[in-house]
Amino acid sequence: MEDAGFIFGSYLLTFAAVGLVAWRYVRSGRRLARRVPDEEKYWL
Amino acid sequence: MTTTDSKLETTGVSTSAGTGSRGSRILGITTIIAMGWLVAFGLGFSPEDRDQREAVRLLYVHVPTIWIAYLAFVVTAIGSAMYLFTKKKSLGWDRLAGASAEIGTIFVAVTLVVGALWGRLTWGVFWQWDARLTTTALLFVTYIGYLAVRQLGGTHEQRARRSAVIGLLAVLEIPLVHWSVRLWRSLHQEATVLGTDADVNMDGLMLFSLFVGVVAFTLLYVWLLMHRTRGMAMEDYLDDRGLDEALEARRAEGEPVARGDGAN
Repeated sequence: MEDAGFIFGSYLLTFAAVGLVAWRYVRSGRRLARRVPDEEKYWL
Repeated sequence: MTTTDSKLETTGVSTSAGTGSRGSRILGITTIIAMGWLVAFGLGFSPEDRDQREAVRLLYVHVPTIWIAYLAFVVTAIGSAMYLFTKKKSLGWDRLAGASAEIGTIFVAVTLVVGALWGRLTWGVFWQWDARLTTTALLFVTYIGYLAVRQLGGTHEQRARRSAVIGLLAVLEIPLVHWSVRLWRSLHQEATVLGTDADVNMDGLMLFSLFVGVVAFTLLYVWLLMHRTRGMAMEDYLDDRGLDEALEARRAEGEPVARGDGAN
């Protein structure tokens, strides 16, 4: 494949960026959830 | 603050692990599967383009991410309008607007970076002060500003009101970005799918790969939005509780002094 570095790099960068954001949201959610009573969590 | 008085009395126990629910877990698994499909079609099954050759594979990431960013900013505007123009003034609308803007900004950043790499392959340069590129960068900076405004001090209601105004104004940039290739002479190609004519001049498998990309990133957007709005709801709750506790502590500090004054 021509220009494989740019193409794979773009996909890798995209997944790394959204993966990092997803991980950050989940981690901060877990940290916050420990301090909030269940009755305040409308999704439960 | 009145709503938090009852919250203070609630000394419930936290048993849940985080912002996940059954629905979000199912959505998360579906998103991972869709992303796998995107990689398979984007990097494998999709044919190479006559003009762009293999570089066309960047289309399946570049185009869906900007479309989802547009969607995210429209959701921000809807959330903003619902907060400003409904009687209830629910902070839930504000959190939806804020979370959506945050995710949209990340998607615009991804679009700009992938676009720069694609530009290097097709134009020979990472960046040009071209109409489409410049207006997209302006869109990115605008929403960075929106997110900065959300971080200013004040009550949640103040935050919601001022960011809602910006959210409603900022969304007006989207048509400018989308039509910039027609309004000004641009290096960037015109829209292949969402053009003025209904005709889509694209190979069937390429179009399907693009569709897979759009579905995958839409699922991801909804999943991120669910988690972020839930996180924001907890941040707001803890903010309110912290403020109420500080006020309680302050009142408690004042009481013995007042009694002391009275005794003298």
